[in-house]
Amino acid sequence: MEGFGVTVAFWILAAFTLVAAAGVMVARNLLHAVLFLVLTFLGIAGFFVLLSAEFLAMAQVIIYVGAIAVLILFAILLTPRSGRQNSETRFALPATLLAICLAAVFIFVIFDADWSEVEEDPSLAASELGEALVSTWVVPFEIASVLLTAALVGAIMLVRSPEEEAEDALA
Amino acid sequence: MTTSFLATDNWWDLRDLSNLSGAILDALDKIAPQGVVYVAAPIIGFIGAFALFTLLSQLFIGVLGERKIIGRIQSRYGPNRVGPYGVLQPIADVLKLLTKEALTPSTADRLIMYSAPVVFVMPAILVWAVIPFGPNMIIADIPISLVYYLAVTSIPVLVTFMAGWSQDNKYSLFGSMRVVAMAISYEVPLVVSLLAIVVLTETLSLKEMVLWQDTYNIWLLLVQPLVLIIFFICASAELNRTPTDIAEAESEIVAGYLTEYSGMKWGLFYGMDIGYALAASAFAATVFFGGWTLFGLEEWVPPWIIFILKVWAFYFLFIWTRGTLPRLRIDQLMAFSWKYMLPIALVNLLVVCTERILWTDAFDGDKPFVYLFAIVNIALAIALVVGWARFVGYRPERTPSRPRLVREAGGYIPVSSVSGEGR
Repeated sequence: MEGFGVTVAFWILAAFTLVAAAGVMVARNLLHAVLFLVLTFLGIAGFFVLLSAEFLAMAQVIIYVGAIAVLILFAILLTPRSGRQNSETRFALPATLLAICLAAVFIFVIFDADWSEVEEDPSLAASELGEALVSTWVVPFEIASVLLTAALVGAIMLVRSPEEEAEDALA
Repeated sequence: MTTSFLATDNWWDLRDLSNLSGAILDALDKIAPQGVVYVAAPIIGFIGAFALFTLLSQLFIGVLGERKIIGRIQSRYGPNRVGPYGVLQPIADVLKLLTKEALTPSTADRLIMYSAPVVFVMPAILVWAVIPFGPNMIIADIPISLVYYLAVTSIPVLVTFMAGWSQDNKYSLFGSMRVVAMAISYEVPLVVSLLAIVVLTETLSLKEMVLWQDTYNIWLLLVQPLVLIIFFICASAELNRTPTDIAEAESEIVAGYLTEYSGMKWGLFYGMDIGYALAASAFAATVFFGGWTLFGLEEWVPPWIIFILKVWAFYFLFIWTRGTLPRLRIDQLMAFSWKYMLPIALVNLLVVCTERILWTDAFDGDKPFVYLFAIVNIALAIALVVGWARFVGYRPERTPSRPRLVREAGGYIPVSSVSGEGR
């Protein structure tokens, strides 16, 4: 894992990710902020590759870049009264406080964690990940899928127009 | 599975071009400082896979061949003026695009509008890293190349959105929102159906899938015909090929997300659309048509030639559908994805999982059972496609009583009351 190339790649990725993350905050235009967020996601995917967790990296790209970023773009575009400019709002102060609390939690976890190095090459093959997901972690996995299904059904129920409902009642 | 057909590993043995690139890299490793090979290897791979194969295929199969074949399908000649039989037409096209004035709307977001075509090219190059041209001819032989393919091909959707939004033109925005809505919808049946392949072959690596097909002497096309159909439809939807090119429907929304692009910026989008179609063809040729193998012929013919011919043959299917089928409406496309393809993909996945468990536990992975599964799956595919179409389909109404789309526009005036003709 150690090596000159890995170190160089780490610092390049770190700078890239931090600049992109800063761009999310600085950009005044919300859509620019989302595009910076995409760059941040890609940087994180690069870190996963460096940690030889290729499957996680690919999943990061598929889910965050391919789906979640697009959903955020949709949310911004389809919400009629969402300001396009990232201007001052009355939520600025609570948001800052929340961010500070979150940062405190992260810093605490980072300093509290046991960062011991693993001697042998950790196996992060996709098949073992899948096996762990349906054996050890089957309950959280199932709960997550039920939650997503419920959200899907809920979203469909929310956007149904009364006319469509009347139509379906007749049919 | 050994690669027994490789008689030699001399650099001049063109049956496996990785010998040549390996020889170059070895020589470079001796004279250059350490680490240079890691930079040189992807460059050689890029030249081989992209510059030599993809770009030339784009120009002469994608641009020229497509126009010629579609011309034939539509009973006209196609390009035949520049050079003999018009073979120099793509070069003339590129020259024209390069010299054309690049217009930019004054209200456009210039940075995003200029960067979108460039970013659009990057995944089209990256995707070739995992395509196996031969047993050793893979630029990056990673164990999860199928997921890599899906990840890389999901990026252009976002770039399309950037392109459409940055122009400050409502038709561009409509076009890119259609792309995104369609891509999200069609990603779901695509991934669910490819999952069936992964369950059957128990691998995420494209190379291993080719070797699986070689071991059992059967193409996955026969074992999983339904997945091929779903993949083909989903790929052409994500690539905006004609039966599903509602994003650039010129009769509805000018040119969709390409409305304000001109010159080479438009050319990059156009060319790379062909590049993605070629990549999808390469993926299909690898997963469904046995990749570089052809039932023993790969011992006599260079495997990469077999593979390239398969890619072009599959690309012909794209051209054929493009020239033949009319464009669908957006609500039809969305309904087709969610109500038709997703259910049959899920049923197919269930059946394949059952087969896999039976095969491993009850039949001890015996080889002949894969042929039994093939017959079962072909029957299942026909039954599902026909049966589900009967179930969800409806007889097309000649005079719809209440069409939903024009409700917003204030209702529907039946044409028959105006003129009784055309019935």
